[in-house]
Amino acid sequence: MQNFWKNALQWLDERLGLNELYQNLLDRPEPLGNWWNTLGSASLFLFLLQVATGIFLTVYYNPSPDHAYDSIQYIMNEVAFGWLIRGIHHWGASLMVLVVIIHMLRTFVTASYKYPRELTWLVGVGLLLLTLGMGFTGYLLPWHQMAYWATTVGTQIAGSVPFIGEFILRALRGGPDLSALTLQRFFAAHIWILPALMFALIGLHLYLIIKHGESHFPDKED
Amino acid sequence: MSGSNRFSRRDFIKVTTGAIGGIIAAGVGIPSIGYLLAPALRQDQAGKSVVVANLSDIPIGIPYPFSFTITRINGWERTANVFGGFILRKSEDPQDLLVLSSRCTHLSCRVNWDEQAGGFLCPCHDAMFDKEGKVVHGPPPEPLGHFEYEIDDAGNITIIPIERKGE
Ligand code: HEM
Ligand code: FES
Repeated sequence: MQNFWKNALQWLDERLGLNELYQNLLDRPEPLGNWWNTLGSASLFLFLLQVATGIFLTVYYNPSPDHAYDSIQYIMNEVAFGWLIRGIHHWGASLMVLVVIIHMLRTFVTASYKYPRELTWLVGVGLLLLTLGMGFTGYLLPWHQMAYWATTVGTQIAGSVPFIGEFILRALRGGPDLSALTLQRFFAAHIWILPALMFALIGLHLYLIIKHGESHFPDKED
Repeated sequence: MSGSNRFSRRDFIKVTTGAIGGIIAAGVGIPSIGYLLAPALRQDQAGKSVVVANLSDIPIGIPYPFSFTITRINGWERTANVFGGFILRKSEDPQDLLVLSSRCTHLSCRVNWDEQAGGFLCPCHDAMFDKEGKVVHGPPPEPLGHFEYEIDDAGNITIIPIERKGE
């Protein structure tokens, strides 16, 4: 029996190159580091957790002004473990912003953004902006007073840009007012557009990290 | 530490990472199953009885259509579903009644009374039931279901809106 599994694994490995993948992705050599080096992986974990709990929330959430609030009440009070799934997504969102920012500060402090990792940094900036965008679009979805007014204010701030402000405001709201269109486009951005971009940028970010390996901490020579 | 069968530092990290990962996955995964299935596991309440017709309106020997609405709360919304059936007075005797459901016993389309055919026709897969709900032809495996009923002194017919198997 043991032989069977061994053979099966080897069969797969010869075709998929599993060992090679494992060594390059998970068992690659790292310079001496510390816990601060784990924050990128922590960001990744939180991102995946948000994706999983977010998908579960869409099973019941309804992005219409008539039902958004009620559907969330339903999740919280009637669906088994609804409070848990929503709780993780809610607190995970804030935690993720925090962790991503600290991760950025760490790569700044250790000067990891220098040659050849400038692109890793730039892609990271994109990821930070997208993370904030997820927070902004997600905040409207419960459609309660706080969400409504936060988005009123947020889009109004975007509207204060000189010359094109009015256009940005209309593009964000899908018209002059906060409406069903605003809720619907924030929902689309929150579950499709921004996550798709994040998956792409995270893929690039990770590719660059594996390609260049992790940076050494600067020492006296630097 | 060659030759020693003590756990290496690397193995320790691998096992703890796997274990903690497993605990987190189970912690989110198991509640998620309950979360997804919650509406399916809900217990439905039995419907209240409804008045559907009055005896004096019903001709003898011709199925008389009736309908009623059942409203349930599903999630954040009330869902109203219309159900229906036919009352057949078999004779002058006020107790000699058959209250049939119009739900086809094949795959739940609604059957209609067809005077010319002299039976109930199902539009979905061409089935026919006779006046009393027995299958004449087509795929349905059993006769139309029926409802239990009561008649008060004024002739009002009340049914319990739970379908029973036809005989
Ligand atoms: C969704 C957000 C992000 C995810 C999932 C993510 C993921 C990761 C991971 C897994 C690593 C591996 C090493 C480590 O953990 O330190 C890493 C490294 C790195 N990240 Fe991010 N990151 C994100 C955002 C950012 C941001 C906002 C910046 C900066 C603007 C950034 C810049 C970098 C740089 C320069 C490295 C290379 C560090 C080194 O080689 O020592 N990342 N990232
Ligand atoms: S549902 Fe009536 S014949 Fe198929």
